[in-house]
Parts: sequence; C-alpha cells; structure tokens
Amino acid sequence: MSRFLRPAARLAVSTRAAAITKKASPSFTQAIARPVYFGGSSQNRSYAEGAGVKEYTVRDALNEALAEELESNPKVFILGEEVAQYNGAYKVTKGLLDRFGEKRVIDTPITEMGFTGLAVGAALSGLHPVCEFMTFNFAMQAIDHVVNSAAKTLYMSGGIQPCNITFRGPNGFAAGVAAQHSQDYSAWYGSIPGLKVVSPWSAEDAKGLLKAAIRDPNPVVVLENELMYGQSFPMSEAAQKDDFVLPFGKAKIERAGKDITIVSMSRCVGQALTAAETLQKSYGVDAEVINLRSIKPLDLDSIVQSIKKTHRLLVVESGYPAFGVSAEILALAMEYAFDYLDGPAQRVTGAEVPTPYAQGLEEMSFPTEQLIADFAAKMLRV
Amino acid sequence: MSSRVIPRASIRRLAASTKPCVSVISKSIRSAGSLSQRPNSNFVSFPGALKSSFTSSLKFETPDSYTALQTYRVVDQDGQIVDPSFSPDISDETVIKLYKDMLFISIMDLIMFDAQRQGRLSFYMVSAGEEAVSVGSSSVLDKEDVVFCQYREQGFFKERGFTTEQFMSQLFANKKDSGRGRNMPVHYGSKELNIHTVSSPLATQLPQASGAAYALKLQKLQDPSSKPRVAVVFFGEGAASEGDFHAALNIAATRSCPIVFICRNNGFAISTPTLDQYRGDGIASRGIGYGIDTIRVDGNDIWAVREATKKARAMALEGGGKPVLIEAMTYRVSHHSTSDDSFAYRARVEVEDWKRRDNPLTRLRKWMEAKGCWDETKEKDARTDLRKEILKAFGEAEREKKPPIATMFEDIYEELTEDLKEQKEQLRTMLEKYPEEYEVGSFDGGIDSLKAK
Repeated sequence: MSRFLRPAARLAVSTRAAAITKKASPSFTQAIARPVYFGGSSQNRSYAEGAGVKEYTVRDALNEALAEELESNPKVFILGEEVAQYNGAYKVTKGLLDRFGEKRVIDTPITEMGFTGLAVGAALSGLHPVCEFMTFNFAMQAIDHVVNSAAKTLYMSGGIQPCNITFRGPNGFAAGVAAQHSQDYSAWYGSIPGLKVVSPWSAEDAKGLLKAAIRDPNPVVVLENELMYGQSFPMSEAAQKDDFVLPFGKAKIERAGKDITIVSMSRCVGQALTAAETLQKSYGVDAEVINLRSIKPLDLDSIVQSIKKTHRLLVVESGYPAFGVSAEILALAMEYAFDYLDGPAQRVTGAEVPTPYAQGLEEMSFPTEQLIADFAAKMLRV
Repeated sequence: MSSRVIPRASIRRLAASTKPCVSVISKSIRSAGSLSQRPNSNFVSFPGALKSSFTSSLKFETPDSYTALQTYRVVDQDGQIVDPSFSPDISDETVIKLYKDMLFISIMDLIMFDAQRQGRLSFYMVSAGEEAVSVGSSSVLDKEDVVFCQYREQGFFKERGFTTEQFMSQLFANKKDSGRGRNMPVHYGSKELNIHTVSSPLATQLPQASGAAYALKLQKLQDPSSKPRVAVVFFGEGAASEGDFHAALNIAATRSCPIVFICRNNGFAISTPTLDQYRGDGIASRGIGYGIDTIRVDGNDIWAVREATKKARAMALEGGGKPVLIEAMTYRVSHHSTSDDSFAYRARVEVEDWKRRDNPLTRLRKWMEAKGCWDETKEKDARTDLRKEILKAFGEAEREKKPPIATMFEDIYEELTEDLKEQKEQLRTMLEKYPEEYEVGSFDGGIDSLKAK
C-alpha cells in the first residue's frame, strides 16, 4: 500500500480496534461477544437473499436499534422533545416509553441548550444518553455543548472523562419547510476532531450505525434523513439480530462498476443508484456507487481503491458546495489518487442558496437522479 | 468567549472611547460602596445584593411559601364585569371592530387548516383560543411600536391593519407576498406595520426584541423630540424554556430597555404540557427574578389584556425605559400546527370543554350582547360576510402569479454579486434560446424580469 494511504488505513484500523476492545458493561458483554461485522471484502456483497430477509422501513430499523440497546444496556437512555408520550416527532421512538418507562425515555422542555447540556453531563458522569433533536436544524441552539463539551472533554480532561453520547435526528432538507429548516450539517460536525459522524441510507445502515454509535465510547452524531424514514429496504437475517453493528470508517460498495466511481451518502445514495441504472441503460456505462455510511472517520481507502479501478470520481451530496463533504473528498482524491484519475474529479451538490420555499425551486436546489446521471455522462463524454 | 480574559481596564477604555454612549454607560455602572457594616445597620452592601439584611435563622425559601401570582381579569366567563372601576375606553363601534378581527382570525384559521389538509398549501398554524391576546394587545399599542411575533399572532397582524389579501398572498407565496414567497406559510412580516418577519427558530425573537428596544432607547436619547416607542415581543410558555428567553429578560433588565414581553401561556408546547415544561409559578414568576415588573392576566378576557398592555406600555417608557412582562393565561384549543394531532396527547373532551366554557370570542360576545350592541342576527351576518371575504381573497391569491423569476437571485446579499449577475444573465439567455422548453407564464412578468437592469 502506498505511503499516501497510510493515514486513512491507520484510521480504519484504529476505529475497528476501538469498537471491539471497548469496555463493556456486564449486562451486554454477551451481546457484543460475537459482533457481526461486514468488513473487508464482504463489503462488496449485496443484501442477503432468500429466507429470513424482511422488509424494514428506516424508521423501524432505528426503532429496533434503540429498543435493543435500551434492553441490553441499562446505562442507555433517550431524551429529547416529544420522544416519550408523543412517540417522537417522526415516530422513531414509538412504543419505547411503554416498554422502558419514563426513566429511560424522557420528554424534555423545549430547550435544546438545556437537554443537550444535560445529556452531555450525564455522559460525562458515565451514562450513555441518546439525545434526539427534532431536526438538526434546531441543534444549532445546542452546538456549543456538542462541539466544545462532548467532543473535547475527553482530551481536555487528560483522558479521564469519556463522553459516550449519541446525538441523532433528521438532517438536511425535507419538503416545503424553507431556508431555516433545510440544512445539511454533515460538514459542520465532520470538521470537529473528537466527534464521529455517520449518515445512514438504508434500513441496515440505520440499525447497524445507530447501534454502533450507542456502543461507541465517543460522542457520535447520527445524521438521519426525514425523507428516508418511511422508505422500505430488505433487511438480512444477520441484520435483524440484536448483535448487528456496522463499523465506523467503512464505506459500502452498493453497486460494483468499472467506469466511474460515484461516492455518496444518506438519501443521495439511493439517487446515485437510480442514476447508475440509467447510465447502464442509456449509455452502457457501468458505475460503481459507494455509500459512505461514515463521514468521520472517512473511508478514504475504499474511495481510492475504487478510483484505481474506474479512474473517474463523482461525489454527490445535498449539502452546500462550499467547504462541504464533497469538497473534502475531492481534495483527498487530489492528495491521494491524482495519478489514477483520467479527468478532474467532480461533484453534484445542493445549490448555494438559502433553500427556497417555492416547490419548483426547492426541487432544483438539490441533486436529482437525472442530474446525477447527466453529469456522470458528461464526465465520461458518452 | 476570548473577551473573558481581556483585562477589565481595557474594556473600560474601549467604552470610554465610544463618545455618544458615555452618558448611558456611566449611569449604569454601580458605584461600589464600602463593604464595612455601618453602625445601626443590619446589612452590608454586597455588590450582588445591596439591601439584604442579615438573619440568624437558617431558612431556605421554597416555592410553596408563596401563593401563585394572581390573574387579573375585568370580565368573567359570562361576560359580566368584575372590576367595578372599569368602564370601556372605546366606543361600541370599536369594540365590534375588535370582535370582528377576532372572528376573522378564527374563520380564516378553519378555512386555511382545511386547505392545508387538501394539499393546497404546505403548512398552517391556527390560533384558536388565543385571539384575545393578540387582538387585544395590538389595539392599545402605538402603530409605530416595533413588534416581534412568534407564529400564533395572526390577530395582531389583523388588528394592526394587515389585509386579507396580504394574509392570503403570504400563505400562497404569490407575487403580492411582501416576503417574495420565500417563507413557510404564517411567516408574515410587514415593514409598514413595524412588525418583524416571523422567524422559524424558536425564541430567537426574544433577545432580538431586547436589541430593538435598546435601539429605540438610543434613538430617543439622540433625538429627544422623537416619538416615544416601545418594542413588543410575543412568545409561548414553551419558548420560555429556551436559553434565549433568559438571555433576553436579563439583558433587557440590565440595559433598561423599553420593551413589553407578552407570553401566551396556552398550556401546551406542541405536545408537551406545562407540567413537563416548568415547575415554577408560570412564566410570570421568572420576570420578578430578573427584576422586571410583571403581571399575569386572563388571556381569554380581551378587556384585561387591553388594560394590562396599555399600562405596561406606559411603564416601559418611564424613566428612559424598562422592561415589563405580561403573562396571558389561555388554552390552546387548536392543534399545534397542521403537522400535529393533539388528540394523541390530550382528551378531546378537555378541548371541547375549554372551547365551550371559556373562549375569548364567546366572552366578548356575551359582554356585547349584555350591552345591547350585538345579537344573533349581527353575529350570523358578520360570520357570513367574513367567510365570503376570506374565500374571495383565497381564490384570488391562489390564482395570482408567482413572484418574478428575477427575485430568486435577489436579497441573498444587499446587492447582486458578480456570479449572481452572471447566473441571472445565463438564465435569461437559456430561456430566450429555448422558449418552448420553459413555462414562465405563471411568474410575474414572465421572462421580462430578467431583462431589467
């Protein structure tokens, strides 16, 4: 492996080691005794087929992940606005209050600053809170606690105060909620040393990443997507088990191909897959689609391996173009894979405008399947 | 944050160098007296509590040792006057106008809620049960007082003069919307009426209103002949849990800002009941903690709201300015918004009970009927007329053209930046080159707006 790849490889190794060797409380030692990791070469395989595969919505997958972690570890609890009585603004925490009681599933006053601070304090005192934001747009009220306290206290305390906390909620744009409610915070949290940031697409992603986030001893930000909650995906038998977790820093190749690498995350992965099918049908182009899953740490290794194969890179995200996740990936591609590229690496992103309320303009502000396919075709000159 | 480590002296120097503010600042700096206990005095002037006397009994204050603050009302549920000293300060015609404003809002809410359910707009928020707070307070303020609303103050806009067309234009985001179709529905705003545009993030309007009040105070200092004005800000009891609320009250008190804080305590913050929201005596008790003059009023009694707001405004202007807090107690009869089904967390019968037993509209109606200026026929006619008026504006607004295409490049910055100008030009060329490909007829002025310099 080239010397250039060492930083990323080291990152991947260290995160996996951390996930496996982390201290487990007695009650769920059993649960992590045989963790199911889809690591290494098995990343390439698609969903298991046949008996045992069930359809799960992303909402159900998240709900199951929360229920399993609440069940297996008494230190885990959930708090946020309307998570208990009302079952969550998007029904992700449905039934959890009835099952685990009001000490584990807690409705808070409308004070992001207050309940995030409370959650961070509880984590610094040894509990494992899951802090739900009704949307990450509201989390700006609380970002000081996330960035300055959760992410930095382990370091600033000389390693004596770990902060095992999970921040989760819908991120990015929804529909018809205008500029102040339609932002993607991947790049914001992704730029902070001390945080881990994941962004699930499918039901398996959602369950595996959320469970890993809750178990991870570090503060983890789980950026979900409101528009994905109701979507169904097949869930393999392994993923339905309560010991299913996904490793951080490992991307998944959702579709293997040889002509162009399309790197994406969250909802855009589905769009990229559709675009890949269009490319196949219309131009006979075989696109490889990588689902990042994890934004920080970033699986540079998989991206570079893919570029070596396809020699073209297109990054798709719904965040703003300036100083964004795709900007970072393009920069990394320049640093670590420049010699393998046959043309400039490119990106399709959200438009650099305050998100319009007007439906037509809103649709044009974010990547569409057609746009991705057209852009890739242009890059390949087909 | 870094300013915390700047030596104090340098801040003083900084302050001293800003000439016009010197008088304001020096007045508010408390002179630190001697800490020694004077003869025959049972206190020392701690800088943080100037007149606190010493005691030898170890006793904690508990909230239980105080009775709940009283709720001021003028007219009871049956429309009977309970304050004998009260006599209306407005003519019957004006009372009827206020009643019709409240009625207008309640009818518009029903129509728009259903319209949202039919998919004709993306979102809506109703204010049933809270019409008296918004309409009543607006009716006694000066039209030039600067106002920040939360999102349930349609009544304030209506009373101050927002027209049916303006409401509908905002809701349907058409070319007549002064917000140029960029906001979610109910995010009204009006420069002419001195009401800041409603902003989605919760409670941010509170410290901003303190800032507006401070600006008004400075303007008055610089030009003593100018009209005295106050800032007014609305918020719910849920928003009062946000840190912004505490910051706003504290800064307004310490800077002596002429501001009236009006809390609509309607019992619910979306689904969260007040019991889960706070444990003190409502929001009013907090005002006192911040050293702010405070009153609690019956928010279903428009007369009480009027009397309290009138007096609060006068107090806020006393002695160069000070904040005043009004907590108006109501009940949110409606769902939180069209995204909410409140029967999931409260009993339908409870809501029906409130609707019937204590509704601001019926209360004023009973008062008017007792006075002899209103009856069943007038009620029926008013409802029919208002409904007609709203539906007419509804239809027109829905059919109205959308804002000009060029507006999508504007207002991101004060002036069009070079790249925005280029993009605008590019769009024009594209539309002119492929006229069959683009439907621009539904936008005001079609392609022409892109041609204007």
